[in-house]
Amino acid sequence: MVSDQGQQVGTGSAPTPEGRPVPREGSGAPPVATSAVGAPVVAAAPPAAVGAPVTAAASVVGVRVAGGTVSDDLRAIRVVWKRELIRFSRNRIRIVTSLVQPILFLFVLGTGLSPILSGSDHFNFRTFMFPGVIGMTVLFTAIFSAISIVWDREFGFLREMLVAPVHRSALVLGKCLGGATVATIQGAIMLALAGAVGVPYDPLMLVVLIGEIALAAFALTVFGVLMASRISQIEAFQVVTQMVVLPMFFLSGAIFPTSKLPQWLAVLTKIDPLSYAVDPLRRAVFSQIALSPRLNALLNPGVTWNGWRLPTLLELAMVAVAAGVMLFVAILQFSRTD
Amino acid sequence: MSQPEGAGRTSIQLEGLGAGQHSIAVDGLAKSYGDLVAVKGVTFVVDAGETFGFLGPNGAGKSTTISMLCTLVDPTSGRAQVAGFDVVTQRSSVRQHIGLVFQDTTLDDYLTAAENLKFHAELYGVPRGTVARRLADVMEMVGLADRADSLVRTFSGGMKRRLEIARGLLHSPRVLFLDEPTVGLDPQTRSNIWEYVTELKRREGITLFLTTHYMDEAEYCDRIAIMDHGSIVAIDTPEALKASIGEDRVELHTTDDAAALAALADRFGIDASVSEGAVAFHVAAGEQFVPRLFAELGVGITSIRVARPTLDDVFMTYTGRTIRDAEASSGDRLRSSPFMRARRG
Repeated sequence: MVSDQGQQVGTGSAPTPEGRPVPREGSGAPPVATSAVGAPVVAAAPPAAVGAPVTAAASVVGVRVAGGTVSDDLRAIRVVWKRELIRFSRNRIRIVTSLVQPILFLFVLGTGLSPILSGSDHFNFRTFMFPGVIGMTVLFTAIFSAISIVWDREFGFLREMLVAPVHRSALVLGKCLGGATVATIQGAIMLALAGAVGVPYDPLMLVVLIGEIALAAFALTVFGVLMASRISQIEAFQVVTQMVVLPMFFLSGAIFPTSKLPQWLAVLTKIDPLSYAVDPLRRAVFSQIALSPRLNALLNPGVTWNGWRLPTLLELAMVAVAAGVMLFVAILQFSRTD
Repeated sequence: MSQPEGAGRTSIQLEGLGAGQHSIAVDGLAKSYGDLVAVKGVTFVVDAGETFGFLGPNGAGKSTTISMLCTLVDPTSGRAQVAGFDVVTQRSSVRQHIGLVFQDTTLDDYLTAAENLKFHAELYGVPRGTVARRLADVMEMVGLADRADSLVRTFSGGMKRRLEIARGLLHSPRVLFLDEPTVGLDPQTRSNIWEYVTELKRREGITLFLTTHYMDEAEYCDRIAIMDHGSIVAIDTPEALKASIGEDRVELHTTDDAAALAALADRFGIDASVSEGAVAFHVAAGEQFVPRLFAELGVGITSIRVARPTLDDVFMTYTGRTIRDAEASSGDRLRSSPFMRARRG
């Protein structure tokens, strides 16, 4: 009897999704079983509803949840963003350690190189490195935040997000904004060191720098999220750091001037997207420093295309557009279903 | 398939109610990964308020089926409705009305229990005014109210699972999916989890859909479907499944075994044997048979034992293997749950 039923189930003669059920009673379950299963059914359907049309969405108990509306997506963006901040603020060791590397670059490498590079101009090489090191802080913090998606995947939390009744775009955007906020905070902490490297605390410069840092932070987080969408193993993070992040950092002009490079290296620095995020930072800082034209040309050459120096706004626009395109692709990546 | 008249009429009445009567309705649902057919077209319904279990070895297609019902994996063919919504075309509506407890934990260890739940409440759009009360409710239900502000990383495996069950219930889903809810937990914790789940089901009146490869856990289900090699090989109540494979085993200790054997053969036509000092035989509906035995055997009975067929026996009957053999032979090819493939989907 039951094997017949198994057959029936296997060959698809039972119900259609439209709700044309073949009741279990019909397939030969003993009476005791029918009542055992039948009881909860009655309990779950309010008596008033029996025989009357019941909308499919009618909830049996408890709260009704909404979904798919703009305000739901905004709540999702906000909570994903907030989680990044909670995790960041709870991990004080990370805050401190992620500042160690930039400070080493700035005060140890910068001071060490100063006697060679500053020559007779008494220029403080740390001042040159300052915007680069801010860029470095933002780069590593943003990528690290974004790449935590790989950890979320490994430890399962990503699934909790992906099965939620919200658009994937809201999740991706929340993640990117969260990583961008964290990276901006870290960049701002570095910015506080301006006085120690001979950069005045000019309010306008600080506002411009914070804005540029935030844009760079967002673009770099989106870049990291895009990479994370293709990475399924934590081990691959090391590879990404070595193969992508470090070259980006070294080629961006963050730690050496790009004015007198051999052709092959000059081309690579122009290809590096990070160059277009670091240069606006450097220009903002250098606008506050009195320099001889010779030194300014040497240390602050900007990014040139065939001899034409790109204006700051164009550079920022390029970063913004790149962020938008990458965000779009990242959302597509996370919206795919098996 | 012969159907009683009454069943046909019932089905017409149910039609008037729409899909609301059925929490889950599945028709020919199938999934292939390249050449590998994970689920070979399954068809079944689960009624509202029912506890329905998928029983089978790892790699039988249980998790793939649950993934399709949860909209995490697109079916290759077939259709399914959960809580009245199509799992392909009404994905978001399905997700709103289901709760999920996965095989592996999906908690953020670096957040507190309450923060994990709040995160969930926001993602599922639980009305702001009710979040705090609902959160306290579900934490109370799973006995974690006093640990709400502890970091999840300080929790034991059982506590994490309970927290996940609480989270799955937070948005008052109509169907709660539990994929191997007790795998990897010790027997004590497993039984605690089941106490909680049974109590929650009573209080929330929701449909439970679970997968397990523990035979004893399938006993908690109103109905179970036995899955093997991507197909449902049997589907019914645990009682009916056990009854379907035949007879109970009865063991007697008597004052005179030889006389008992003869009497069994004479009066009941039963071919019994003596094994391990007891007279043993198989008979349908063993418990009902016992009074007759005392009345008519005519030999002194000192003790009697009636053993029901177990779900292990059921599995063996339908698949020709024990579930443990099936686990061993299914190997690792499907070990990674399709949930793991959901990383981009």
